Amino acid sequence: MAVKDYIRERFFPHIWCSGCGHGMVLNGLLRAIEKIGLDKNEIVMVSGIGCSARISGYVDFHTLHTIHGRALTFATGIKMSRPELKLIVPMGDGDALAIGGNHFIHAARRNMDMTAIVINNRIYGMTGGQYSPLSGYGTMSTTSPYSNIDHDFDVVELSVAAGASFVGRTTTYHVKQMADILGQAIVHKGFSVVEIMSQCPTYFGRQNRLGTAIDMLEHFKENTTPVGSKAKQKNPDLVERGIFVQKKMPEYCDEYDKIIERAKKGN
Amino acid sequence: MKEPKLKEHVINRDWCKGCSICVYFCPNKVLELDDGDKAFAKRPEDCICCKLCEFRCPDLAIEVITYRESEVIL
Ligand SMILES: Cc1ncc(C[n+]2csc(CCOP(=O)(O)OP(=O)(O)O)c2C)c(N)n1
Ligand code: SF4
Ligand SMILES: [Mg+2]
Repeated sequence: MAVKDYIRERFFPHIWCSGCGHGMVLNGLLRAIEKIGLDKNEIVMVSGIGCSARISGYVDFHTLHTIHGRALTFATGIKMSRPELKLIVPMGDGDALAIGGNHFIHAARRNMDMTAIVINNRIYGMTGGQYSPLSGYGTMSTTSPYSNIDHDFDVVELSVAAGASFVGRTTTYHVKQMADILGQAIVHKGFSVVEIMSQCPTYFGRQNRLGTAIDMLEHFKENTTPVGSKAKQKNPDLVERGIFVQKKMPEYCDEYDKIIERAKKGN
Repeated sequence: MKEPKLKEHVINRDWCKGCSICVYFCPNKVLELDDGDKAFAKRPEDCICCKLCEFRCPDLAIEVITYRESEVIL
């Protein structure tokens, strides 16, 4: 099936700004799904609110565009009632880890089979460039005009600590790696987190004088390195990309079925 | 396996937002923006069919059609 068969062409051109990384995530995700060969009707995409969350409108799967920070809770409900479906939950950094932070850590801990994608542009794009828990110390934003004094989360470390059974990170520059990691995350049975470092040239880029979308992509290329590389030992500031955790753990819906069986037997 | 040969770049002008990502990252500098800030294949003969422009396009506006693929379709 061609990538075009997975989208709702009638809603294009999409609303994202010129050079926005969110479209590149959509592109990479469609290629991952095409490669695995999933049927459109096997997939449910659930999103919350944000520029990134608009992604669910563009794909021709079962889709739910829900409320800010709560995409994982809606996805949990769907998965509990229809465990045979593949759940994909793309979220912005604010959606996933500001308002949705508590849902995020507990979803990771539960290990229900779904793929959480954190599209991290380090800013609230949709509402005009306010800082998020991923902006980081020293960054400029609409709400930190004299620079941000909040420190950021490390999405990978947070997800590992919260118990996610698959954790990966890549960037919009690394499109082939993006499709590869997303594919493995979707196939993985358990709670998968994929952080994709993405560019918002309109707010984060402009406010932090990072240049164009192209400059921001170059920055991802120059400042990241494959996980476990020698380059990281020489330069600890490099951000690692790749798969950090991929482990087998009891899956929530399977365990729940066992509880039902146990309850039926009365022991 | 034979190297794929370029048939054409299909560029959706209505979807292209002129970000230049394809122009800049093409390893062989095949693409350029036209007067209307839309991507077009200026030097298609230099295309190596790596499809990086297609994979990186934030607007899903580029498709690199190669002969092998198009023969299958036809
Ligand atoms: C309950 C609630 N609080 C606040 C908002 C306002 N709001 C909309 S999107 C957003 C943040 C978007 O940032 P992010 O999730 O990073 O997505 P991006 O736009 O950057 O892709 C906020 C705070 C809302 N819609 N609902
Ligand atoms: S405001 Fe930022 S995140 Fe939103 S569409 Fe524009 S570039 Fe993308
Ligand atoms: Mg954001």
